[in-house]
Amino acid sequence: VSTVVQRPTGTPSFADVTRDVLRTLTTPGNLYFGWMCIVGLILAGGILAWTWQIWIGMGAAGKRTPQMWAMYITSFVFWIGIGHAGTLISAILYLFRARWRTSIFRAAEAMTIFAVMTAGLFPLIHAGRMWFAYFLLPYPNQRELWPNFRSPLVWDVFAISTYLSISTVFFIVGLVPDIAALRDSSTGWRRRIYAMLALGWEGSHSQWRHYRRAYGLFAALATPLVLSVHSVVSWDFAMALVPGWHSTLFAPFFVDGAIFSGFAMVLVLMLPMRHYFGWHAYIQDKHLDAMGKLILVTGLVLTYFYVCEIFTTWYSGDHFEKASLFWKVTDTYAWALWLMYFCNCVAPLVLFSRRARLSPTVLYIVSILVLIGMWFERFNIIVPSLGHAFYPYGWGIYVPTITDSMIVIGSFAWFFILFLGFIRVMPSLSIVEVKETLPPPVRDHGHGGH
Amino acid sequence: MAATDTIVGIFAHVDTTVRAVEELKAKGYHDVDVYSPAPLHEIEEVLERDRPVSRVRLFTLLGGLTGIVSAFLLTIWTTLEWGLVTGGKYLQLDPEGGIAGSSLPPFFIIAFELMVLFGGVATLIGLVALARLPRLRPSPGFDPRFTNDRFGVTVHCPPERAASVRQILGAAGAEEVRA
Repeated sequence: VSTVVQRPTGTPSFADVTRDVLRTLTTPGNLYFGWMCIVGLILAGGILAWTWQIWIGMGAAGKRTPQMWAMYITSFVFWIGIGHAGTLISAILYLFRARWRTSIFRAAEAMTIFAVMTAGLFPLIHAGRMWFAYFLLPYPNQRELWPNFRSPLVWDVFAISTYLSISTVFFIVGLVPDIAALRDSSTGWRRRIYAMLALGWEGSHSQWRHYRRAYGLFAALATPLVLSVHSVVSWDFAMALVPGWHSTLFAPFFVDGAIFSGFAMVLVLMLPMRHYFGWHAYIQDKHLDAMGKLILVTGLVLTYFYVCEIFTTWYSGDHFEKASLFWKVTDTYAWALWLMYFCNCVAPLVLFSRRARLSPTVLYIVSILVLIGMWFERFNIIVPSLGHAFYPYGWGIYVPTITDSMIVIGSFAWFFILFLGFIRVMPSLSIVEVKETLPPPVRDHGHGGH
Repeated sequence: MAATDTIVGIFAHVDTTVRAVEELKAKGYHDVDVYSPAPLHEIEEVLERDRPVSRVRLFTLLGGLTGIVSAFLLTIWTTLEWGLVTGGKYLQLDPEGGIAGSSLPPFFIIAFELMVLFGGVATLIGLVALARLPRLRPSPGFDPRFTNDRFGVTVHCPPERAASVRQILGAAGAEEVRA
């Protein structure tokens, strides 16, 4: 076992890890409450806008035919994409034994669940009359009316509810031993609450042996699931005949974009946490380096997909495909397309430099640009494609109103409020897995064997 | 069952813990359990040496298979029940016997999702059942330090052998031995 920490402060001991995590759960300062207030206000605005839309009707939002999917489905796909990095880190990197994942996976998993919870709101907001949302599920009813299982939208319901359930199970199973550690290190009412949530976990080997096996199995189940979810989301588009959508490229294209944006969001959340919680011993330069490299690689792959998309449009010789692309590149929404190319293809190239990958400021700026780029990618897939399909009399321009803009901005607040709440009540650094990666305490170094 | 004593040795180091377990196993004590702050492979190696792997995987397998079967039952049955033709695809009972139609491929997607869902939930049930969760009161021998930075070796043995167990634990390097 090589020494994990090369910092002059020395390797943290097991007790240091518990203490450092426990420290993040003390009563937070004014900065935290200030952020909570700002985010809370934005969220209140979003809720108000949604209420308004329910009150007035769907006309309150700017979406009109032909662009009924507009910003809501754009944001839905965006948030599902963000939700990919967490399970990728916790499942795929676990199976590949990539040890650098240990200090970031907990926050990334929490991010996943909150992102999927945010995404899940959009089909309800978008469809209107969300009190009939249960129509999506296959349930027995008196007319024996069942969902059409040949519809990609029904596949989506299954894919996303499975993804949310399995990610939540994975997350909670990972949390239980950590909550047990918190229970045994805290006092008073906190201790009582943690004791309830820890389910009486004790960390005996007779528990660990099942736990380890189960965790591996969860990872094995979650790995194909991660790849399937965004593939299924992409089929919502690819199964339709709309020019610009009807392509077999879509599944890998969406999965890659999801990982790309997900990692950017992980950095946006982790860099401030590293700074404010003083976690430099756990989230080290090599972690930033690894994440920077992943963003760079997925960004290059995405660029390749963009080139393929343009090439196949030209090569197909299909008039409507070519006309749709030409319109996207040159007309009303061209600014969004070129912004997307800049943010997703050009900006990440900075990360070829090692100095850039190790600089939190550069990483932060690139991550924000990537998030903007990836939101606009979904916008560019949905809005211009629908606005310029086959028939000229079916063309249209979408202009958002205050209502749908506030709902979309509010969704970010909803996500951040969940995340901010989480980091103050639950360990956002995995106590157990960090201990697992540290060199264990050994008395007789000569006989240790490592 | 005859009365048994539970002896606990508290250790600060993983190598002394492993030594104590080795020693106990050599002396014929098999009812040994180890508490550790994290699942460490050093401990796993000595305890798992001659044991079958955890049965959790059986739960996963059964859950996954249940998911696949129930997904196909649900999709095929509901399609037969509500005979909707979309995109020229349909599925219906053939009057001459069997099922006619061409809409099976999309059902594999539902089958995959339900395999993962049921497999995952069954794994969770397996874990909860096999690890005996939830526990309402701590097991004899548990100490709050075990989730922080100490290791515990517990031995269940007849009272007359308690002294020998204490001696083994102490010799291996336990910080503290108690019953």
